[in-house]
Amino acid sequence: MSEKKKMRATIPEEEYMFPGTVDCQGCGAAYAMRLALKALGPKTMVVIPACCWSIIAGPFPTSALKMPIYHTAFETAAAVASGVKAGLSIREKEATVLAWAGDGGTFDIGVQSLSAAAERNEDFIYVCYDNEAYMNTGIQRSSATPWGAWTTTTPRKHPKDRPKKNMMEIMAAHRIPYAASATVGHPEDFVRKLKKAREIRGTRFFHVLATCPTGWRSPPELMLEVPRLAVETCVFPLYEIDNGVYSISKKPKEKLPVTEYLKVQGRFRHLTDQQIQYIQEHVDETWELLLKKEKLGRLF
Amino acid sequence: MSTVKVITGNHAASFGARDSRAEVIAAYPITPQTQIVELLSEFCADGTLKAKFIKVESEHSAMAACIGASAAGVRAYTATSAHGLALMHEMLHWAANGRHPVVMANVNRAMGPPWSIWTDQNDSLAQRDTGWLQFYCESNQEVYDTTMIAFKACEQVLLPGMLVLDAFILSHTYEPVEMPDQELIDEFLPPFDPPYKMDLDDARAFGALTTPEWYMELRYLIQEAHEKALVTVREVEKEFGETFGRYYGTLELYRCDDAEEVILIAGSTASTAKDAVDIMRKGGRKIGLARIKLFRPFPNEEIRDIASRVNKMIVIDRNVSFGNQGIFFNEIKASLYSAKNRPPVYGFVAGLGGRDMKIDDITGIVEQADTCDIEEILWWGVKL
Amino acid sequence: MSEAKFRGAHDLPPCSISVTHELTKTGNWRNSKPVFHKEKCIQCGICWKVCPNACIKLGEYPEWDMDYCKGCAVCAEECPKDAIEMEDERVMV
Ligand SMILES: Cc1ncc(C[n+]2csc(CCOP(=O)(O)OP(=O)(O)O)c2C)c(N)n1
Ligand code: SF4
Ligand code: SF4
Ligand code: SF4
Ligand SMILES: [Mg+2]
Repeated sequence: MSEKKKMRATIPEEEYMFPGTVDCQGCGAAYAMRLALKALGPKTMVVIPACCWSIIAGPFPTSALKMPIYHTAFETAAAVASGVKAGLSIREKEATVLAWAGDGGTFDIGVQSLSAAAERNEDFIYVCYDNEAYMNTGIQRSSATPWGAWTTTTPRKHPKDRPKKNMMEIMAAHRIPYAASATVGHPEDFVRKLKKAREIRGTRFFHVLATCPTGWRSPPELMLEVPRLAVETCVFPLYEIDNGVYSISKKPKEKLPVTEYLKVQGRFRHLTDQQIQYIQEHVDETWELLLKKEKLGRLF
Repeated sequence: MSTVKVITGNHAASFGARDSRAEVIAAYPITPQTQIVELLSEFCADGTLKAKFIKVESEHSAMAACIGASAAGVRAYTATSAHGLALMHEMLHWAANGRHPVVMANVNRAMGPPWSIWTDQNDSLAQRDTGWLQFYCESNQEVYDTTMIAFKACEQVLLPGMLVLDAFILSHTYEPVEMPDQELIDEFLPPFDPPYKMDLDDARAFGALTTPEWYMELRYLIQEAHEKALVTVREVEKEFGETFGRYYGTLELYRCDDAEEVILIAGSTASTAKDAVDIMRKGGRKIGLARIKLFRPFPNEEIRDIASRVNKMIVIDRNVSFGNQGIFFNEIKASLYSAKNRPPVYGFVAGLGGRDMKIDDITGIVEQADTCDIEEILWWGVKL
Repeated sequence: MSEAKFRGAHDLPPCSISVTHELTKTGNWRNSKPVFHKEKCIQCGICWKVCPNACIKLGEYPEWDMDYCKGCAVCAEECPKDAIEMEDERVMV
């Protein structure tokens, strides 16, 4: 009797996140956690500041994760994670401490404590799931909101008029051992990078583009497709900075025009051709710069 | 064998944290607290203290890191003052509401602007409603002793505790401090072992969103813990006294047995006021002093008890609640409302921003209370 | 872990400390449900991999947990063989 063929699994099979979380349909932030925990495994403790995940993780007395979670104040993920790690080391307990914050908690209000922790090279993995706005409070702009995007505080008549802050570069400037970008459209890539990061000591930073159908005004079923388009258009390049060496994880065979990415999201609906041209130029410049950095070898 | 060192109040705090075997310290420097941090860094660097010192970038992160460490199941300590304490405010709530028995020294310093580095109590009293225990110390020895008393009591009731010392008057003044044998201290203060901690074998979510169905009950538990803390602190103080021979109490009474009037005061000014009491007693006044050591939880019963035995109470506040009166003054009056015997209570705001409080000031306040209108808001020594 | 049963304050842990994994049955959020066409399936596992909420079980063939499936249609969108079809579940009155 031949064994029945099983479905293929290209990511770890074990689940550490339960179904029944109250994230919106097609939520990239929820999916990112599912992937991250698969990659990091059961010896992980999670620190979550105020963000959509404060809700997704489940109300008292429930918890959506099989791992311990510490819910903390908005700007404190890196500081609390530092304290947790210090406490565990005193107790001689081995665990990966995972700080899990949104773009607001990372780029804006939490940037001070994150920068300090990175400068101290605290031993934790920090994942910023970036949905490019304050979603938990109803889609307000953050410094991660891209140029031209609509949010409730950057209305269509006056959309965001400053470019997205380059958080990867800010983190690299701290000379931390590892930083990587990832998206929920590239699960195997994200899992591979996390597994790699798990074996490194010191501060490891992840910048993960996480689809938010609610805030981006994109169809939920395109949860993976939208970030794939972000990578194919070079709007959001996938790369690693491993001990000062830049390496691009995915170079599009044929770079798509940014419109391919913009047009599937209602938040960019109002843009004029001229504005789209401006975005294209900015994306091209940034991409060229990244290609150059990759060629330079070790940068720090 | 115990040792005696002549040290500042700040160093008394550092030694207190060392001998309490703090396991994680996260702190940020601010005048006049800096020496606490500096000495602790040395203790950690030379291995005298087996602790992790997290050199954070702000007081907000200091408290956040202490909370993380406490959640991970270890004894956490920090120290700050004035603006640092104010910056921590959000995390002070977090520590108490999360039931983390972090202990902190706060050097009482006036709030700016204008910049002032000198003492008053507005910084710590502004944190009254955060759920922290507050201990006001009178001497360097008391700072040292109260560190371990606070750890022991706080860990029993799962609440954080703040011990308070006056800027410069204690923080930078040298006094002899007796430090008992570490073995005896270890017996008095066993290792921290909280009922819940972040544990891979018992994975729980701490602080998850809680609907109105249970939030209020969780707050009620904190109120209960504070009520219990009043008893616990007394028990711990008693045990400390029996072991080490020094006893402070939650409301310390000085020459109150036959007193007809009593001064109520907190902090190091109590020492000066005790001298003033001695002088006034020589002059024939039957006056005593009650020093508020524990401000939260508030020793209501003891306040009512002393009130029932005197004809007049004089409260000296090194603080003010703008738009109302001195904070201790208000607290004491609130305490007395349900008391059978309510003597007249006079309140004086004095010594703000480090304005000297000498014996003459105390006797002057007592004399003014003889004649002044009880409805008046009295600012002692203010130049008009 | 068992379902937490609290009658009053004294049954609670000292802080909000979660004890159970019984989450919301999000199945009733759906407007449409995934319908599986086994004959088209090549067992590639993609649907299992991409469900944001882990509602698909990995077996010989995918199995959906309809108590929780929110009907986001990510699985249907990503299936390379169109073996998953979204069927409208809304009741027309
Ligand atoms: C000090 C403080 N300010 C404001 C808030 C309100 N707040 C909660 S979550 C949030 C936005 C979070 O944005 P982000 O970090 O991007 O996470 P997302 O909600 O998008 O997942 C805000 C503004 C808060 N909790 N604390
Ligand atoms: S608002 Fe966006 S990030 Fe938040 S739960 Fe909904 S989809 Fe996820
Ligand atoms: S429809 Fe969405 S929630 Fe339901 S199984 Fe498919 S991917 Fe999962
Ligand atoms: S994605 Fe489609 S083909 Fe692949 S296992 Fe799922 S149903 Fe079958
Ligand atoms: Mg966000």
